[in-house]
Amino acid sequence: METKKPHEASPPETAPAAENETGPSRRELLVKGGKVAAGIGVAALLGNLGNWALSYAADKEPIKIGILHSLSGTMAISEVSLRDTVMMAVEEINAKGGVMGRMIKPVVVDPASNWDLFAEKAKQLLLQDKVAVVFGCWTSVSRKSVLPVFEKNNGLLFYPVQYEGEECSRNVFYTGAAPNQQAVPAVDYLMSKEGGGFTKFYLLGTDYVYPRTTNKILRAMLLAKKVPADKIMEEYTPFHHQDYQTICGKLKKFAAGGGAAVISTINGDSNVPFYKEFANQGLRAEDAPIMAFSVAEDELRGMDTSALVGHLAAWNYYQSVDTPQNKQFVANFKAYCKKNNLPDGDKRVTDDPIEAAYFGVYIWKQAVEKAASTDVDKVRKAVYGSKFLAPGGEIMMDAANHHTYRPVLIGEILADGQFKVVSRSPGLVKPEPWSEFTNPDKGCDWVGHQGTYQK
Amino acid sequence: MMIALTRIIHEYRRETIETEARLGFSQVRPTQAYRQPVEEAEREKPSRARGSDDVAGIHESSWLGRTIAVLGVVGLFLFPGSIWTLAADGPVAAPPISSIEQAITQITSEDESIREAAIRLLIEQGDAGLVPQLEGIRANASRSIRQAIKPLMDLLKNRAKLASPDSDVRRSAAADLGSSGNPSVIPWLDVAKVNEPNKWVRYTMEESAALIKLASDDPSIKAAAAEKLGELYSQNAVPALQQLVVAGAGAEATESQKAVAKAAGTAIHSIETWGDWANAIETIFRGISLSSILLIMSLGLAIVFGLMGVINMAHGELMMVGAYATFVTQQCFTAWFSADVFGWYFPVALPVAFLAAAGSGFLLEATVIRFLYGRPLETMLATWGVSLVLMQAARVYFGDLTAVVAPGPLRGGAQVLVGVYLPYNRIFIIALSIVCVLGIYFALFKSNLGLRVRAVTQNRNMSACLGIPTRKVDSYTFAFGSGLAGIAGWALTMVGNVDPGLGQNYIVDAFMVVVTGGVGKLAGTIVASLGIGGLNKLIEPSFGAVYGKVFILVMVILFLQWRPSGLFAMKGRDAD
Repeated sequence: METKKPHEASPPETAPAAENETGPSRRELLVKGGKVAAGIGVAALLGNLGNWALSYAADKEPIKIGILHSLSGTMAISEVSLRDTVMMAVEEINAKGGVMGRMIKPVVVDPASNWDLFAEKAKQLLLQDKVAVVFGCWTSVSRKSVLPVFEKNNGLLFYPVQYEGEECSRNVFYTGAAPNQQAVPAVDYLMSKEGGGFTKFYLLGTDYVYPRTTNKILRAMLLAKKVPADKIMEEYTPFHHQDYQTICGKLKKFAAGGGAAVISTINGDSNVPFYKEFANQGLRAEDAPIMAFSVAEDELRGMDTSALVGHLAAWNYYQSVDTPQNKQFVANFKAYCKKNNLPDGDKRVTDDPIEAAYFGVYIWKQAVEKAASTDVDKVRKAVYGSKFLAPGGEIMMDAANHHTYRPVLIGEILADGQFKVVSRSPGLVKPEPWSEFTNPDKGCDWVGHQGTYQK
Repeated sequence: MMIALTRIIHEYRRETIETEARLGFSQVRPTQAYRQPVEEAEREKPSRARGSDDVAGIHESSWLGRTIAVLGVVGLFLFPGSIWTLAADGPVAAPPISSIEQAITQITSEDESIREAAIRLLIEQGDAGLVPQLEGIRANASRSIRQAIKPLMDLLKNRAKLASPDSDVRRSAAADLGSSGNPSVIPWLDVAKVNEPNKWVRYTMEESAALIKLASDDPSIKAAAAEKLGELYSQNAVPALQQLVVAGAGAEATESQKAVAKAAGTAIHSIETWGDWANAIETIFRGISLSSILLIMSLGLAIVFGLMGVINMAHGELMMVGAYATFVTQQCFTAWFSADVFGWYFPVALPVAFLAAAGSGFLLEATVIRFLYGRPLETMLATWGVSLVLMQAARVYFGDLTAVVAPGPLRGGAQVLVGVYLPYNRIFIIALSIVCVLGIYFALFKSNLGLRVRAVTQNRNMSACLGIPTRKVDSYTFAFGSGLAGIAGWALTMVGNVDPGLGQNYIVDAFMVVVTGGVGKLAGTIVASLGIGGLNKLIEPSFGAVYGKVFILVMVILFLQWRPSGLFAMKGRDAD
């Protein structure tokens, strides 16, 4: 845009100047010359106009963005909702005139819950489709597999799911929670008087990177808070584990005498057999509440919730959050799913990753408008410190570490699969990708430092 | 089972007779208490706080009331339902209004001692009717007052719940009162215990009362409580008892502390001995339960793979078809029938699941497998493709709103002994697997079709010569095996969830069982599932679920090195 102005201005200036300086003796010649100059000026003006028109047309070309969520395979159940959310946000933005007057055109690919395919599809989005930004991934392993692709090609990824931290990439914005925004406050709550003053903790998870890292941080935190090591149990089960008899038996013994809580990082389809077995063996939420980090509204709607009522979860947003913009958001999402004939239509619910995926699109839009460009380096700078009134309340991007300031909410599961908020952090919690308990000497900063640095 | 049942019935009968005698106490006691003027209540407070010795006193003083009330109570027993209404009504009898109101105004006092006195008074005299009022106070109060009122409200609510008609609610309330540690709840528990028809609720009430007494200041009460807890085999008491043992072992421990520690030590010993037994019983049950699940999954495969030699990778997806058929039946019941017959969807879903899976199997055989007999590799690849198609189809069509709600009788568990819970859904699957095995036995060895199946399995050409329609037998056998997978899917909705990946979770285990047992041998499948399931549960407590699984796989590999054709190998000419 800026390059146009000098060109537009110059021809009218040169033409009259040429005529004024013309002497009478050389009049003809100079008139001739003046005409030539004017002609050149007009030509230049016309050419410039054409150029401007061309560039204007180029500006109106839609901006391509990539959506990299599994639409088939095991993760489809969770990730399809995020695709729908991003599509909805894009539709909203386009209906209001797009970004800088340009429409957004989503390019949807299906990595099919296959980690290698994630990297391949990410490469395709960045190099072949040349998208300005990618919204995608759910599991940590899929994020780790696309990370090198984004870093090598200087792409931009918005990652909307809570994760284990210990990562600080220049090419990723993390709109979900860091451990200190979910796991750590949840355990703090359980230890507080208000939360029940629990003294024994059973850390139970599926055997992969997120539960292992989270539990490493939690163990360090519990030890730092003077919880004796024999009051902390840690146990993992394979993916798709279905038989929780032995674990519930152990838990029963562990919980005897009271004061015990279960911290569950069990993932996906193992949750139902676990909660069912827990209830069937006569354990109650009052004896040992299960605090889950991977069970949200979207997972609950596919479960028989009768065995889960009264147990807890920690997130940064719930569908039940009472703000006017959230009511609107939930209604819009249901209407969108119904209108587009998505499975389950208006029975769909929103949850934390859905909210994070949604405001991620808006954060990017704001940044593009602020930077007046879709260039990754410019957009990145514009994202730092930007704020947005998300459905759950105002959130803020950190000024340097690529994560998001969010509130922490502890919720209790209700029979209808929704959450009642039982505790809320006083304000927004600052994200810390490197936990103070396991990596006190490390920090993440892309403004003052080059990513991860030693404090 | 039967013996336990008769014992429970016997206990119940004996207890009802006792109850009649003691109910008078419950009837008279609360009314007396509430008629007491405030001063008297205040005077009584310190003695009440001491706990159980006071309870003994109440027992004696209420002898008279008890005998008088017996007559009335016998009449009441004609209407068993009214017992609980009576108990619920008991506390509602209006106490002197001035004192309660005074206490409620004092509860928001900034002076902690006044507040505590008010709370104490309310605990002793208040009832659940006060809860809404307290809720209102709590909403406007400062944090410290809110925190002071919370336990009071919980106590009052739980006290009302002790009279709930639902035994689970009563039991929860008793357990919560026990963990409150407040000595004033002991008389409530003792009162409720007398009327309690359910053995395990009564157990929890006794346990809770004893747990609170264990924290008493009086060493003799402490020792008695420890002894009682030892008799009750209460796992919940172990941490507190251990503390007493530690206190008694210290150098500066007094004589009384040492005596208590001795009682506590004996109690811990008896609790832990019992705990080991309970654990052993539960482990055996878990092993059998896991085996039954493995067996029910493998039966269909044993027929399809074992008898027909078809490696059907889509077998898991046929289970999934059964599970989704159950879900669909449930949805039909919700949509078309009234809520009171909802529980019947589950038995109705059994034939639906069987037929749906058998039908899918029949189609699969007719369209794909028929053309690939004798080409195991191609069969494997083709059926694997079919399994992927089925999975994605389920995902696209059903989405993820597919919770199957367990019908009432299959929820929860039966407590058979202290610390031993047997979940109903697992008992059900064990029974189902036995029924299935018997059914298959009769189908294969007593029926005409079974005879033909065995004939075709043993010598296809000879059977064809003798006029057996081998093609038809193949297709029926395959459909029958698939239908069994459907039944497995139906049963598995009770332990897990219904999702497109359901079959994938089980198929590997099912193949493992069939191969270990010996291809083509039903007995082998049964023994292998018992062995693998039992071994898994034996290992899991010490090695964890992940290594338990690894260990089992290694064992199976080693075993197959030693006996490549499994536990029950085919012999002679059959082996080809």
